[in-house]
Amino acid sequence: MKLSGWGRYPVLEARVHRPRSMETLQQLVASEPSLIARGNGRAYGDSAINTCATIDMRHLNRMIAFDPASGQLIAEAGVLLGDIIAAFLRRGWFPLVTPGTKFVTLGGAIAADVHGKNHHRDGSFRSCVDWIEVMGADGQVRRCSPQDDPDLFDHTLGGMGLTGIILRAAIRLQPVETAWIRQTTLAAPNLKAAMAAFEAAQDATYSVAWIDCLAAGSNLGRSLVMLGEHAGRADLSPRQALAPFQITSKRKLSIPMDLPAFTLNSLTVRAFNALYYRAGERKTGTRLVDWDSYFYPLDAILGWNRIYGRKGLAQFQCALPLDRSEAGLTALLSEIAKAGAGSFLAVLKRFGKQDSAFSFPMEGYTLALDFPVTPKTLALLDRLDQITLAHGGRFYLAKDSRMTSATLRASDPRAADFHAHRDSHGFTSRFTSAQSERLAL
Amino acid sequence: MELRYEVSVSLHEFDALATDSHEAFVAELPEPPRIAVCAVGLMGQQAESERDVASAARVMRSNYEGPVSILAVLANRFEERGSGTIVGISSVAGVRGRATNYVYGSAKAGFTAFLSGLRNRLSKRGVHVVTVLPGFVATQMTEGMDLPAKLTAEPSEIADAIARAVERKKDVIYVRPIWRLIMLIIRNIPERIFKEIRI
Repeated sequence: MKLSGWGRYPVLEARVHRPRSMETLQQLVASEPSLIARGNGRAYGDSAINTCATIDMRHLNRMIAFDPASGQLIAEAGVLLGDIIAAFLRRGWFPLVTPGTKFVTLGGAIAADVHGKNHHRDGSFRSCVDWIEVMGADGQVRRCSPQDDPDLFDHTLGGMGLTGIILRAAIRLQPVETAWIRQTTLAAPNLKAAMAAFEAAQDATYSVAWIDCLAAGSNLGRSLVMLGEHAGRADLSPRQALAPFQITSKRKLSIPMDLPAFTLNSLTVRAFNALYYRAGERKTGTRLVDWDSYFYPLDAILGWNRIYGRKGLAQFQCALPLDRSEAGLTALLSEIAKAGAGSFLAVLKRFGKQDSAFSFPMEGYTLALDFPVTPKTLALLDRLDQITLAHGGRFYLAKDSRMTSATLRASDPRAADFHAHRDSHGFTSRFTSAQSERLAL
Repeated sequence: MELRYEVSVSLHEFDALATDSHEAFVAELPEPPRIAVCAVGLMGQQAESERDVASAARVMRSNYEGPVSILAVLANRFEERGSGTIVGISSVAGVRGRATNYVYGSAKAGFTAFLSGLRNRLSKRGVHVVTVLPGFVATQMTEGMDLPAKLTAEPSEIADAIARAVERKKDVIYVRPIWRLIMLIIRNIPERIFKEIRI
């Protein structure tokens, strides 16, 4: 069947298997020469596509055990983060680390070692993972943790499913008093101000900025910096406090079809960005926001990827080291503003320290943008790659759909080590994705 | 399920075709259910059902005899008690026989008629009967088939629709509204034309 990532680019013809039991999965590993596990298809590019055998893990989605003393949940890889929230928020628990969509599987979150708005404080998804069970090329299941088989653990987090099939994991949830976030919005007129706001907010639990990537000149990098804290019972109105874990469920919008390409042009994007910034400027200050709107604003628009039309969208996300962030971000934003090819969803975020074999984050800043796939934007993305390389940055594989292996190697010396690790375990020909082949991982 | 929904769950082995055992099966349950959902079915292979009487019989028994037998036992219990809800998952294939799966379809047609009769009999006895005609569902039964995405529901959608139907005491539900329209059309094509088309 035709298969793609969330960006719907590239689209490949792939054979998909949907195992419902460990036995079936073991048979697939034994019989398929090469394969890759796939979660809910939220990686943007070709990370979870193997044309010969893509293993859809969503049927292996049982929750196995929960310890209310420690908040540890043991679950199968196909469980969605949204299911975890649905089951445990009402009992006062929330994921410690969550990406910008709740429609990712546990296995996918581990494979991409996803990060959230609290990376500067709590690190990547890795921080909440106690152990992982991985099925190797021999069909054997190994349990790894920072203590047991730390090498496998380290390479599996951020390893994009290339170290075996992630079957189960134990993760720790964090206790919360309510389903609400106390959000503070600051308007930053330019990049310097935005970065200063992040540096001043190192103690905030959550921080993220929406950045107007079409503003140029003295407005370059103008942003709305949004900080968040889990609200306590005392922060709620008397009515909210009656049911602190309940939020009114919103009507979901959905994009029923691909929008024609002209809906998204530099004019509409520029207008949207300017309006959004002005609206945000007026709403600075602190207010209560429910968890769903705060963490997953885009999930409310089902199928938002269709806004970008039939040709799909390409994401760009890089991380820059702290000392070169300002120069690098200035260069990236200038290039984007010059091309006039901005996106609705440009996000800037301060990363904290990260020490792992192949995970994406590094201490510094990360910038994420999306573009409709056109020859013009693909050329722009190549230029953005070069700017990132020139400033010592690297790229997020969960977002990538078009980078070259030379760019990856130049950006990240760990790529060679990761490949060597895979090679030494005989994984390089067994666990492969369209992405791993493109990037020679 | 226990972990997700904070409910207690017990599993009981059940053989739909062992109709002799159904009375005892219900009698041995720890407590009589308030709501019974019957999700029993077997698609079979139409070509095989045409060739082989035994295979055809298995499809008919699995989709009609077995479900009817267990629901008949439950219906009597619910009637005695004067309360309860019975949900039968039937199929749009039972609305009109088509060349591609009429053996399955005929058994489902029988099951739909049974549910309708049961509802008629029990409506004054405090027992509610829901007929579910789900259309395509992404389950093991349809795996590997090339189904149109807009017409194919996830199992969780069916579950949500059933929960709503039980709460709101609906009689017959389609899950995706488009199926109501499709079936309206299919039902109304004159037989003279219907026999000539392949759908």
